[in-house]
Amino acid sequence: MRKMKILAYPYSVWMLIFIVVPLFLVLLYSFTEGDIHNLAELRFSTKSYERVMEPIYLKVIMNSFVLAAISTFCCLVLGYPVAMIVAKASPKVRGMLVMFLIVPMWMNFLLRTYAWMSILSPNGFLNRVMELLGLPRLEIMPGKTAVLLGMIYNFLPFMILPIYTVLSKIDKSVIEAANDLGASKFKTFMRVILPLSIPGVVSGITMVFLPAVSTFVISGLLGGGKTPLIGDLIEQQFMWEGNWHFGSSLSIILMVMILISMAIMSRLDKNGQDEDKKSVKM
Amino acid sequence: MKKAVVRIYMGLIFLFLYAPIITLIVFSFNKSKSRGQWGGFTLDWYAELFKDRLITEALYYTILVAVLATLISTIVGTIAAIGIHYMRGFSKNLILNINNLPVLNPDIVTGVALMTLFISAGMKLGFVTMLIAHVLFCIPYVILAVLPKLRQLNRHIAEAALDLGATPGYALRKVILPEIRPGIVSGALMAFTLSIDDFVISFFTAGNEVSNLSIMIYSMAKRGVKPSINALSTLMFITVVILLLIINKKSEKGEELLL
Amino acid sequence: MKKILASVLVAAILITMAITLSGCGEEQVVLNVFNWGEYIDESLLDEFEKQTGIKINYKTYDTNETMLAKLEAGGSSYDVVFPSDYTVAEMIRKDMLLPLDFENIPNFKYVDERLKNLEYDPENKYSVPYFWGTIGILYNKDMVDDPVDTWEILWNPKYAGQILMKKDVRDAMGASLKRLGYSMNTTNYEELKQAQQALLEQKKLVAGYYGDEIKDLIANGDAAMGLTYSGDFMDLYWDEGDFSHIGFGIPKEGTNLWFDCVVIPKGCKHKKEAEMFINFLLDPETSYKNCITIGYTSPNVETLNRIRQEQPEVFELPAFWPDDSILENSDVYGDLGEYKSIYNQLWTEVLVD
Repeated sequence: MRKMKILAYPYSVWMLIFIVVPLFLVLLYSFTEGDIHNLAELRFSTKSYERVMEPIYLKVIMNSFVLAAISTFCCLVLGYPVAMIVAKASPKVRGMLVMFLIVPMWMNFLLRTYAWMSILSPNGFLNRVMELLGLPRLEIMPGKTAVLLGMIYNFLPFMILPIYTVLSKIDKSVIEAANDLGASKFKTFMRVILPLSIPGVVSGITMVFLPAVSTFVISGLLGGGKTPLIGDLIEQQFMWEGNWHFGSSLSIILMVMILISMAIMSRLDKNGQDEDKKSVKM
Repeated sequence: MKKAVVRIYMGLIFLFLYAPIITLIVFSFNKSKSRGQWGGFTLDWYAELFKDRLITEALYYTILVAVLATLISTIVGTIAAIGIHYMRGFSKNLILNINNLPVLNPDIVTGVALMTLFISAGMKLGFVTMLIAHVLFCIPYVILAVLPKLRQLNRHIAEAALDLGATPGYALRKVILPEIRPGIVSGALMAFTLSIDDFVISFFTAGNEVSNLSIMIYSMAKRGVKPSINALSTLMFITVVILLLIINKKSEKGEELLL
Repeated sequence: MKKILASVLVAAILITMAITLSGCGEEQVVLNVFNWGEYIDESLLDEFEKQTGIKINYKTYDTNETMLAKLEAGGSSYDVVFPSDYTVAEMIRKDMLLPLDFENIPNFKYVDERLKNLEYDPENKYSVPYFWGTIGILYNKDMVDDPVDTWEILWNPKYAGQILMKKDVRDAMGASLKRLGYSMNTTNYEELKQAQQALLEQKKLVAGYYGDEIKDLIANGDAAMGLTYSGDFMDLYWDEGDFSHIGFGIPKEGTNLWFDCVVIPKGCKHKKEAEMFINFLLDPETSYKNCITIGYTSPNVETLNRIRQEQPEVFELPAFWPDDSILENSDVYGDLGEYKSIYNQLWTEVLVD
């Protein structure tokens, strides 16, 4: 079965061309200055990196990480129960539920965010309902809470789906065995189900945290531009300022920081590494 | 008691997920273009939708690219995931990390870098380059969806198949693939979702030949998104719901859909 | 299920083949037009095609900057593009435009004389105006009781948390500069620093920095006032909803006169046809239809006269027809050249603070 690994080779070639080469381009821009369209005339310079190191920009990067981490956590806490509930449903209902969970995401992203603005804004739908009920108005938008809500909204299905696919196929007999041996429902969950679902959780976290760090439309519209995130900044550099060099440096720094966090996370995923070691024979 | 809690929780989740959809549907009937006011009920926007040549063209390409990109990325991604699963050590980690790059990179960086790559290679920007770009950002999600299922696979099953005389190809098709099917399907779903919605990468890699709904919608932002777009979204939503209900009816015997 | 998948795959392949094959063997001239979203009466495209037999491939963009990035990178050619004034200036500086042959654009005679030979295209060699207007302060009459005729009101602590600013470097810096009595095109670093300082002080009063969402937010009562362009007010004016409680004030210190123009970029494959299209846009009948649909101020004198007869009240709106005094006091954005990065850096620092 080890021979199966050659299946990955075509994709590796694809990745080389379409991911690695553009990456070198970005790296090139980050370490140079000069006219971006004249590749031959670029001069080496670390100016962009020096600018990234300024405290205001580092603060932006930190904010992005923190916000992304919080929204990932919320997605996990909210999404895991959903995945469990769907996994326990009858086979006929399951597929339907999953589809209905993802269909909202097929509506255009900008439109969805505009809709949230209409709901959360000071004079928006939510507040008008609050007023009718005699409750105090919520000053959510523009603000960090609105941005968080928007991010959770957009990424929740990406957390639910991978966890669900793993939970749905957990060998029922393992759970039954645990019950037979006298474990409470809670213990069964903590000691059997949760650990078995880790691969799904890791994928879910990856698919939420990574894009969350670099998101920008949500923070712009729901945050009113007052909580600038690294995604906003990079977008601004490439689009409005035309400073691809600075934008590239920001992107590289972002990439490095994320790869480091992923490395830390995979240390915590000891299960996966043990499995790899065990199947060395194969 | 527990059933009630489950029902309430799921109800809240669905309310949360569908709140913006309902808002959009409501606005598709709004005479006023502005989201700030209700100008009266109208079906005009639906009528206008069918006369609009630009929207029809954009819709066509959106669906075409989404379907093709999903098909290609699901096939390539699944094969790659299987390959990666059987790798070990440094090369495995390297590939996994590079695979994550399109996911973590801001769209603008991917879009601009790809555009520059295509132009430097002398390619004309158009349908093909846009398709390549879509496949590019979809494959990582397919891989991320399929890998956990592979890890969940009892590794002895594949071994057993080989022991019983199956060729690796047979073991792959008849043993592994069915087991990881939910992962493949959910990967395909996510790929489709991402492709339908993409703006930045599409804008820069599509050249002057093609456009898609997202490009159209973002371009309208300055003047205000036409409610015909809301009408379109509503119709698309209803179509999908009806399709789902039909498929559900067809698999009446309680057999698993695909997941 | 497998059958369904297979048939979808086959269908998709067939469709793709159909498109690519249909592309070959067509001798018809196709004009690639690149414009803002929702910025033309689409029936005019059909009319042009019928009149001339030239097919139009119409694509859209959302900002000058994305358009510019796409054009600069190459890889796709466009025949007709619609940049704003300062972008026209930048494109001229970067030698991206083809000079127009006005022999092919006789309808240019209908353009208001005052709108020719402006800062961004001094000899009027490359561009023709499309729509124009001003920037100013959109406000909710029920929420503001001071006269809205000065930039100072956007800095008034009385309206803290009710003020929206435009997330645009030229407009925001421009407003701040004009408030201090400086030119919106200044390259004096001292003046720019002062303008930045004012924007930083204003930040705590600002509810948010938005783009085109400002008009909806104010219309919805989410904020009392915001920096917008006259087009936003006209959109609400022509809208089916009742926005009579929304007003537009142009500061007496002076403001910006904006122009969206039509140009022909280098790399255009059909210059003569492109000029035919531009001429078509300037035709009084076409221009009238376009103006009625879009609602902004046309540069075409014939069109304006006709609207003045049919709907004189529109000419009472400063957003549609600003006073001469306003026009005198106002700046048209020119190209900032190398100062563009300084403006941008100062503005980024305001946003990130």
